[in-house]
Amino acid sequence: MNEMENILVVNNLQTTFKTDAGDIRAVDGVSFTVPKGKTIGIVGESGSGKSITSLTILRLLASNGRVNGGEVLFKGKDLLKLPEKAMREIRGNQISMIFQEPMTSLNPVYTVGQQIGETIQIHKKVGKKEAIQQSIEMLKLVGIPSPEKRVKQYPHELSGGMRQRVMIAMALACDPEILIADEPTTALDVTIQAQILELIKDLQNRLGMSVIMITHDLGVVAETCDYVAVMYAGQVVEYSDVRSLFKNPKHPYTLGLLNSLPRHDIEQEKLIPIKGMVPSPHEMPVGCRFAPRCPVATELCHNKMPQLLNTNDSNAEQIRCWMFSDEWDGDSEVTLYGEKRTIKG
Amino acid sequence: MTKYIIRRLLQTIPVLLGVSILVFSLMFLIPGDPAQVMAGEGASAQTVENLREKLGLNDPAYVQYGRYLSSALQGDLGNSIRSGRPVMEEIQTRFWVTLEVAIYSTILAVFIGLIAGIISAVRHYTLTDVSIMIIALFGLSMPNFWLGLLLIQWFALGNLPFDIPFPEFLKMRPSGWGDTWRQMVLPVITLGTGGAAIIARMTRSSMLEVIGQDYIRTARAKGVSERVVIYRHALKNALIPVVTIIGLEFGGFLGGAVLTETIFAINGMGRLTIDAIRQRDFPVVQGTVLVISLLFVVVNLLVDISYKFLNKRIDLN
Ligand SMILES: Nc1ncnc2c1ncn2[C@@H]1O[C@H](COP(=O)(O)OP(=O)(O)O)[C@@H](O)[C@H]1O
Ligand code: SF4
Ligand SMILES: [Mg+2]
Repeated sequence: MNEMENILVVNNLQTTFKTDAGDIRAVDGVSFTVPKGKTIGIVGESGSGKSITSLTILRLLASNGRVNGGEVLFKGKDLLKLPEKAMREIRGNQISMIFQEPMTSLNPVYTVGQQIGETIQIHKKVGKKEAIQQSIEMLKLVGIPSPEKRVKQYPHELSGGMRQRVMIAMALACDPEILIADEPTTALDVTIQAQILELIKDLQNRLGMSVIMITHDLGVVAETCDYVAVMYAGQVVEYSDVRSLFKNPKHPYTLGLLNSLPRHDIEQEKLIPIKGMVPSPHEMPVGCRFAPRCPVATELCHNKMPQLLNTNDSNAEQIRCWMFSDEWDGDSEVTLYGEKRTIKG
Repeated sequence: MTKYIIRRLLQTIPVLLGVSILVFSLMFLIPGDPAQVMAGEGASAQTVENLREKLGLNDPAYVQYGRYLSSALQGDLGNSIRSGRPVMEEIQTRFWVTLEVAIYSTILAVFIGLIAGIISAVRHYTLTDVSIMIIALFGLSMPNFWLGLLLIQWFALGNLPFDIPFPEFLKMRPSGWGDTWRQMVLPVITLGTGGAAIIARMTRSSMLEVIGQDYIRTARAKGVSERVVIYRHALKNALIPVVTIIGLEFGGFLGGAVLTETIFAINGMGRLTIDAIRQRDFPVVQGTVLVISLLFVVVNLLVDISYKFLNKRIDLN
């Protein structure tokens, strides 16, 4: 992959929160790249740090949050080093975000038009009338019927699906280069979910933006993404293109995730859930964070944290697992979730 | 909107009727014979009987109430027993004084309270926030009459607790010529600061709640500046509960500033009520209670209407 094609490169991002019960390392080693015009998925269980990753990229953390390290290179410049004013010019303009909760993400006391128009006014420096006109165009674009009427309505007059469309219209109003969609369909009905995903895909094709699709649903990844970063306990454990991830998952956690899902494309004997629980953010394991649940964890796994490294096969693929390093101290053949695997080591 | 106001106005009718019944029953709730009480203890039986006849106290209660209500509706609340002047007139002269103090106090309270509350919320858990909240707690727990007395000591009498020369022209002498506004200063500070404390606390907690909402994060994600986030996106939502408090404060200033009016010798509604109670001037007591209740109802109505302006989610039906 050519470096120039990557519109966003996130390197070893680290975000902590100060809480009364001590510091929480919510994001602790997240790296991925977003190729121009492509969709990358960030997938992981609830609490794995997906939302915090995206909020860190846009520097929208709550006041108890702090970025401790890493880089967010947007077209080569590190967003974490930008002054706040320059950052504001990027938010909603070059990088936009939509959220999981369409019901509460719009301001209840302003009309749809006022809210979309505000983004347009800030970034395009146009007047109010022009902004409202463009808002109507945006509503049309996201498939909202009778936009002239809708533009004057308040959020409570719209359904959840409609509100998410309004959020999308607002996010895309200034023609962003990246759209971050944080579980955009989780709170919606199944039928509406499909429509919203379809809409995002369609708009991406038309407008040529890159999308970061955050989800806990591998089905959504399979449907919408080109690349995918799998997150576990605040870290990216596997990054690869979607096809190889589904065909040839490498990290034991990814394998476990796929195995715990019903699938139609391969024959499955039975669903095997991953045993154990996600570690508490207050008591992260010192070694591999998946070690307490990993069926093949070794001494090394428990004592030393593996790094996210390119695999030997391809440098578009990265794995955080000792099995893929020369230091591996376990057997050279292991059985993972019913699947035999030979380790090169 | 007009429809809504009309409906709300109609809804106040039963409330006012209820109040008028209560006020009317005051007459019967006090121990003893009202006529006897009014006439005084030394009055002869004949005088009391004449008075009873004159006041219509021999008629059945519902007839008396009907009479009371119909004259009240025509603006006639009877005559004061002590001064003989119409109660309505007594109230009118005092009402403007109270209204003036209430308006200035509310303005002061809103001005200080909103600013302090917003600053506190924006800088929450900093030294600024903690200081503001401690002062507010102090203002809240300090009885108005005590602050009033303190202010009189310091500023009207010039007895400052520290040894600095107090500028003569700042002394508020209640008896000075042509300086009614100067008379207002201390009572308005007394009432206004107490109100400010309540408004500041309410504004702070309401702002903090709103700042944690998803739509505030959305506003930030749009690239809106922090100032606009606070003043356009957060404040308008945060004001909704604060408006209620402001309304209640104003209503309270109108009706309940009894102690403050007494301390500062202001001839307002509060004093009128207290004096009337002390002198067993029932028609005046009834009249002031009725008018104060009416004011409360009106203030509540105004609060509801401003609610509707602020919060489009409220379903008017
Ligand atoms: N403001 C905060 N203060 C403390 N902890 C937080 C805060 N926000 C998020 N966290 C913690 O960070 C972790 C990651 O959260 P999040 O990114 O929201 O997960 P998800 O992958 O479900 O989006 C969770 O353990 C969460 O409790
Ligand atoms: S590093 Fe060890 S414990 Fe962690 S996933 Fe790999 S094999 Fe399992
Ligand atoms: Mg999330």
